[in-house]
Order: sequence, then structure tokens, then C-alpha cells
Amino acid sequence: MSGPPAIEAVDLTRSYDLGGERVQALKGVSLTIGDGEYAAILGPSGSGKSTLMHVLGALDRPTTGTLRIAGRDVAGLDGDALAELRNAHIGFVFQSFHLLARTSAVDNVALPLAYRGVPKGERRLRAAAALERVGLGHRLGHRPNQLSGGEQQRVAIARALVGGPRLVLADEPTGNLDTRTGHEVMDLLERLNGDQGVAVVLVTHEPDVAERAPRRIHVRDGLIETDEREAGR
Amino acid sequence: MRRRELFAVALEALRVNRMRSLLTMLGVVIGVWAVVVLVAIGGGARDMVEGEIEGLGSNIIFVVPGELGFGAAPTVSRMTRDDVARLTDLAGEGAVTAGITSGESVRNGHAEVFATLTGADENGRNVFDRPLAKGRYLSEIDVETRRRVAVLGSVAAERLFGEVDPLGRQVTIGGVRFRVIGVFAAVGQTFGQSRDGEVQVPLTTAHRLLGVTRVDFAAVRAPDAESIEDLQSRIVETLEDAHPGERFSAVTQTQLLGTIGTVLGALTAVLAAIAAISLLVGGVGVSNIMLVSVRERTREIGLRKALGARQRDVLGQFLVEAVLLTSAGGAAGIVLGVGTALTIAALSPVPASIAWWSPVLAFGVSAGVGVFFGVAPARRAGRLDPVVALRAD
Ligand SMILES: Nc1ncnc2c1ncn2[C@@H]1O[C@H](COP(=O)(O)OP(=O)(O)OP(=O)(O)O)[C@@H](O)[C@H]1O
Ligand SMILES: [Mg+2]
Repeated sequence: MSGPPAIEAVDLTRSYDLGGERVQALKGVSLTIGDGEYAAILGPSGSGKSTLMHVLGALDRPTTGTLRIAGRDVAGLDGDALAELRNAHIGFVFQSFHLLARTSAVDNVALPLAYRGVPKGERRLRAAAALERVGLGHRLGHRPNQLSGGEQQRVAIARALVGGPRLVLADEPTGNLDTRTGHEVMDLLERLNGDQGVAVVLVTHEPDVAERAPRRIHVRDGLIETDEREAGR
Repeated sequence: MRRRELFAVALEALRVNRMRSLLTMLGVVIGVWAVVVLVAIGGGARDMVEGEIEGLGSNIIFVVPGELGFGAAPTVSRMTRDDVARLTDLAGEGAVTAGITSGESVRNGHAEVFATLTGADENGRNVFDRPLAKGRYLSEIDVETRRRVAVLGSVAAERLFGEVDPLGRQVTIGGVRFRVIGVFAAVGQTFGQSRDGEVQVPLTTAHRLLGVTRVDFAAVRAPDAESIEDLQSRIVETLEDAHPGERFSAVTQTQLLGTIGTVLGALTAVLAAIAAISLLVGGVGVSNIMLVSVRERTREIGLRKALGARQRDVLGQFLVEAVLLTSAGGAAGIVLGVGTALTIAALSPVPASIAWWSPVLAFGVSAGVGVFFGVAPARRAGRLDPVVALRAD
């Protein structure tokens, strides 16, 4: 693919005001995620990984610094414009799945398309296709409480993919899963990255999960400590 | 998100919390129900009273002691037959009648009715224009000589005599025997009581029976509409001259209608206002539940925003939910209210008049209540920060 990278961040900071005390969760992070890239973010608890994911995904605004998503500078965009930007370019996968209870898998997956104004019939078709891709074509009508944890996370991945994003941000996607199921989910993310060229950035604590990523970004204390790339990929 | 889909999402949310939705709705149901029923009964009462007054005849001037008005203390009448003579001088022979009424039990052997006994004079039938079914009406001689004769209303006649022709037969009133000389044609109701249950006897006979000499009211038939106003003031003048320090009122049917209409209209408005307060309370309940619902679903809101929901999508979702809740409650309240009003009308003498505007207004107001009380929680939902919302527990 050509054109601007999926994400371009320059000198991002994010600080919180806690009753006069200032907490700096990000202290100046510069980072570019190219199209189709696959990167893992590692770091100790409280180092700012989730904060970084939220800012990169336009869920949160940086306090200072520049962020461009698909070439578009987010500074000056209002909440609704950010929502549209997320809807168009970013897919999220959360540690705790965040599926709508009492809602079928296919309708959960179709949700991002609803906010894009896609008609219901087409939405369902595309959601079903996305579920097919994550190997859940036989679970369309199941509700979250009728699915295993791994299956729920695969539904969430299908939801992240259904809108054709350039980038999927996954914050500890295997955190709530056992090792074997976790590996299945990782396999799936890698396969989607390889087959469909969707860039994937994932946060993880688990070294063996991180080992599999061609690019590993170590975060400590709100700063990028190292950014290593495996040669040849 | 499209508007139609907001409805689907909101309906689903209400369905999931079925019990809570129903209980929340109940407040609105009761409020709307109360509005519809009270307005229907108030309107019905007014229609009823107005219909009865209209039945009195349009050129009749009612003369009663004291000030006319609701809330005025009832006045013991100082009018006597002498005043009737004075009014006859004003209005002409045959145009004035006077009466006294009392509730009495009337018997024929074992058959007994509790009737409105009216002491009337020979002009009563002409002034009030009441046709007879059979026999004759009270005559001047009946009144002058205190004859013990009676004219029965159709229902009284039927209750006392059944199939038997009452003419020439006897009834007992207050231990005194009266001979039936006539039966009125059926006329229907006045002031909630059947006028057909009435029994009329000569005024003088009634005076002796009741041990009084007063008359409760007089009625004057004006020769034409133009002379009414002039006659009214002369009547009051004459009576107040004759009874220094006393007040008298002479009113027409139109004036009575106006007064009663105003009073009953105000009464209906007060009832409706009280009912509206309960609707308001229902609205506060909706607001409360919507706030709880927003809090409970904070993570859902965060997720929806993460996936691309704009502020207005989330706001719309919760607003539609509130409006669905209140307008469904409103619709149920209207159905129940109309049903109750019709039941009351069927089972009691109070007719219910369901003005077209009352359900429409009730529905409009309940939907409005949804918007009004839903807007604050919905805005709160719409403004939630996605990261904060996603982290909520
Ligand atoms: N809303 C907030 N208000 C104040 N401080 C916050 C807020 N969110 C995060 N922080 C602080 O920012 C820092 C980074 O938090 P963050 O959640 O990004 O860490 P993390 O690397 O994801 O940790 P973990 O591995 O435990 O998930 C922490 O010190 C945290 O206390
Ligand atoms: Mg984290």
C-alpha cells in the first residue's frame, strides 16, 4: 500500500490532573506504524501502554504533540469527528472483550457498521463474513454468554475487522484467556495481519506472545525505551 | 445511526429490563389515566348540568332569595305568596309561578316511593311547559281551597300504581291522603334526579302539610327575549323594596349556564392540574430510571463510542428510550382512562364526556415529559468520555 502511514505520532504527551497533582502517563512518544505492520508494545504495569493505545486510537486526546491517523491530523477535531475517524480506520480489541450482552454475535460484529449508516441487511452479511474469517461462521446467533472466552475474543476481533480498518489496536487481548486459547487468538491476529494486510498493534505482558512479533516497542515510565525490529520483515 | 434503528436499539433496551420499564411506565400511566378520567368526568358533569338547565326553557326568569353564586351561603327564603302577587303585577296574569320543595315519602298501600314533593300553583305547568299524560293539572280552586290533590310524575305513578290507572286513586303523603288528578308525561332528568319521580300538590296544601308559609323560588315567563333584562331588574327592585335589607336574584337560563359553566370549567381545570402533577411525578421517575440506566450502561456507552457512535447517536438512543417509555405509558393511560370514563358513565348517573383534545393532549404531554425528563440523562450519556466510560466498572 502507498500513501501516508496508518499512524504517525510525534512527541505525544498525556498528563492527568489529579487534584492539583500532575500525573504524566506519556512523556513524549514518537512512533510511526506503517500499513500492514505488526507490533507489540511491552512494558511494566503503569508504564503508559494503555494510555498510548487510547491516544493512538483517537479514543483519547494527547495533551501535547501531533497525531496523524491515515494522514489526518487529529488536532482540532471534535468528539464526533474523532468517532468517525475511529469508525473508518481503527479497530479495537479489549482485554475484557466488551461485547454487548444479550446481543447475538452477528449483531455485535455489525455494530460499527450501524454507526456508518450501512443498511441492516448488508451489515449482517458483512458481519457474518467477518465471523467466518475468524472461524465462527457456525456461531452467528450465539450470545456472548453462550460463547467461550476465546470465542468471545474472536467475535471482538471480527468486530474490529468488519469495517475494513487500516489498524487494529489490541490491549492485552489474551489477558483474560488461558495460554492455549491465547495462542489461538494470537494465531488469528497474525493470520489476519498476514492475509489482509491490516496493521496490528498489541499490548502484552507475556514474553512468548511478544516474541512472535516482528517489531517490539518497550515502554517505560511514559517513554519509549527501545523499538526493535526483526530484520527481514 | 439511522433514526429507525435508534428505535430498535431503544426498544431492545426496554425489553431487556422489562420489569423496570413497566414500573417506570406505571407512573406515567397513572398520571395520564387520572388526567383523562378527571377531564372526562368534569366535562360530563358540565354537559349534564347544562343540558338540564337548557331543559328549563329559555324565556324563564328564576327568582331566588339571596345572591346567586357558587360558594354563597344558602339563604332561607323570605318570599311568600304575597311576593308572587307582586311579581304577577309586573309580569302579567299566568306568567308567574312559585313553589316549595321537600323530600317526602309517598305511599299507596304497600307501595312507597321517596319523592320530591313540590308545592306548586296553577301556573306551574304553563310556565315550565310540562305536558300531562293524562288527567288534569292543579287548578286555581285547588290552590285557593287547599285541596288534597296530587299530580304524579310518570315514574312515581309507575312505582306506586304499576299497571293500574292512578287517576282518582289515593296516595298518602305525610299521613295525609291525596287524590291523584293527573300524571305528567315523562321528561327525563334534572339535576341528577328524575323529574319524573316528582309529585306536585297545591302550594297551599304543601304549606299546611309542612307547617310553613314561604316559597322557595318563583319563576317568571317573560313575554319575549327583549323584555327579559328589563323584567329582571324590576323583579329584583320590587322584591328588595318589599323586603328591606334582603337580597334577591333573578336569573335566566343563559346566565345560569354561564355561571355553572365557568365554575365547572374551573373545577375541571383544577382536577386536571392535580392529575397533571401526578404525570409530572411520573416524569421524575422516568428521569431517575434513565440516570440509573445510563450509569449501569456506562461501559456499553464507552464501547459504542469507541466503535464510532457520535454524541448524538448516544443521546438519541437514550432520549428515544425515555420517550418510548413515556409515550407507551401515555397510550396505556389513555386506553385505561377512556375505559374508566366509559365505565363510570355506564354505571353512574354522571355522564363522561371525552373531549377529543384530552387524550391527544395527554399523549402529547407524556411524550413531552419523556423528552423533558429524558434529555438530562441522555446528554450525560452522550457526553461521556469513551476512555472513562470503558474503564467504568
Ligand atoms: N484517568 C486517569 N487519571 C489519572 N491517572 C491515570 C489515568 N489513567 C491512567 N493513569 C495513570 O497513568 C499511568 C499509565 O497508566 P496505563 O493504564 O496507561 O498503564 P499500563 O501500562 O496500561 O498498565 P497495565 O499494564 O497495568 O495495564 C499510570 O500511572 C496510571 O495511574
Ligand atoms: Mg493497561
